Amino acid sequence: MLKKRLIPCLFLKNGHLVRSEKFSYHQLLGDPIHQVDRINSWSADELIYVDISNEDFYDLRRDDMKNKRVENIYEILSEVSKTCFIPLTFGGNIRTIDQIRELVKRGADKILINTIALENPSFITEGAEKFGSQCIVVGIDVKKNEKGAYEVYSNHGKKSTGKDPIEWAKEAEKFGAGEIFLNSIDRDGTAEGYDLELIKSVSEAVHIPVIACGGVGIFEHFAEGIMEGKASAVAAGNIFNYTENSVIRAKKTLQKEGIPIRKIVKKKL
Amino acid sequence: MIVIIDYGLGNLNSVLNALNLLGIEAEISRDIEKIKKADKLILPGVGAFEEGMKNLKAFGLIEILNHEVLVKKKPILGICLGMQLFCNKSYEDGEFEGLKWIDAEVVKFDLKDKSLRIPHVGWNDIECDLDCALFAGGDKTQTFYFVHSYYLAPKNKEIAKGICNYEIDFCAVLEKENIFATQFHPEKSQTEGLEILKKFNQIGVEK
Repeated sequence: MLKKRLIPCLFLKNGHLVRSEKFSYHQLLGDPIHQVDRINSWSADELIYVDISNEDFYDLRRDDMKNKRVENIYEILSEVSKTCFIPLTFGGNIRTIDQIRELVKRGADKILINTIALENPSFITEGAEKFGSQCIVVGIDVKKNEKGAYEVYSNHGKKSTGKDPIEWAKEAEKFGAGEIFLNSIDRDGTAEGYDLELIKSVSEAVHIPVIACGGVGIFEHFAEGIMEGKASAVAAGNIFNYTENSVIRAKKTLQKEGIPIRKIVKKKL
Repeated sequence: MIVIIDYGLGNLNSVLNALNLLGIEAEISRDIEKIKKADKLILPGVGAFEEGMKNLKAFGLIEILNHEVLVKKKPILGICLGMQLFCNKSYEDGEFEGLKWIDAEVVKFDLKDKSLRIPHVGWNDIECDLDCALFAGGDKTQTFYFVHSYYLAPKNKEIAKGICNYEIDFCAVLEKENIFATQFHPEKSQTEGLEILKKFNQIGVEK
């Protein structure tokens, strides 16, 4: 039986891991490479890595911590993929097919695209034709607008698009997206739980898997995302950064709820 | 030495990293001399079938692969798209001919239960034929990472050594003489996956 997936998300800004809140506040967490190593050995099912830098500047600046100095995002990915033997999705600032090719070559299994897909939906198709639709994950960032309606935002939550998330998800599927990564800007970093209404409405509107993100504060929220939100996979950022043994404890919670998940790996790599 | 065939597609480095971790000597290449000298070959894959075949042709790899695999009987492991390329043809966005080493067609999931998502993505169980060299000494049921919308329908069921169920049973692992393949990604399936790569490396090696 196909298992439900538990996915830690790591947000990277200018070469550092950060904690994200409502897409605008970013607290520094440190080295992007060793955290992956830790999660990989913790039975996570996948990893999503999102570069939210808004300038082309990457530098760990932590020579004192014996970390290798990493010059750019491609090098960071190369380093990450040396220790990551679970599927790795990489996203953020992707504009060209050549970028995708380079990222895949360096170890990304799937590519998360967002703004470019909204600007030019045929980019989804082009990516899917070149790399297979399973490789193209369309990220949808959603916020409630002044009218109280769900609306898709681009440019890392900065720009309103006037698009309805359900319609956009269906469109993205039609253009060839392999999965939807659905993030709630309002819930990001709040620990209030997923926006279940949003997740359910999008999950039921498309035939491709939906990965839910945004708002997890306790392990029970993951179970809600699957059972009530009907998501194929549940993702979160902060809870994995701040909680000890978080992946294992989250999995135990899902198991208790009777949700089919991959068993916890005891053997070390 | 294992040569991971570089055909401009696929997660080549993930496979190399996994082999490196296992201490297996490996290299990514499309150099014909290197392919000739290799003990074993791996054809990985993330991508579309048509593009995969087009690239194999463009890089002049088809003839050498046919020779090494079919004539010299060099062990080869196909992963995901790599596995599908071994087949007669695929119906991925059209109808395209493959390497024709395996008498099978690659077809899209057509599932009755519309709540089942396509692509089939995630971790799923496989019922393993423990006689297969890739599973020797392993558990009967193992869990691996899949991501694909098309699957293999082999004419000869005997070659299917691992069966996965996603409403229908499909061939997740095949073995035919020196030809091995997995529809899942061993390089992304943590310990159980790395075990498969280790077993592939041991094929033909005196213990």
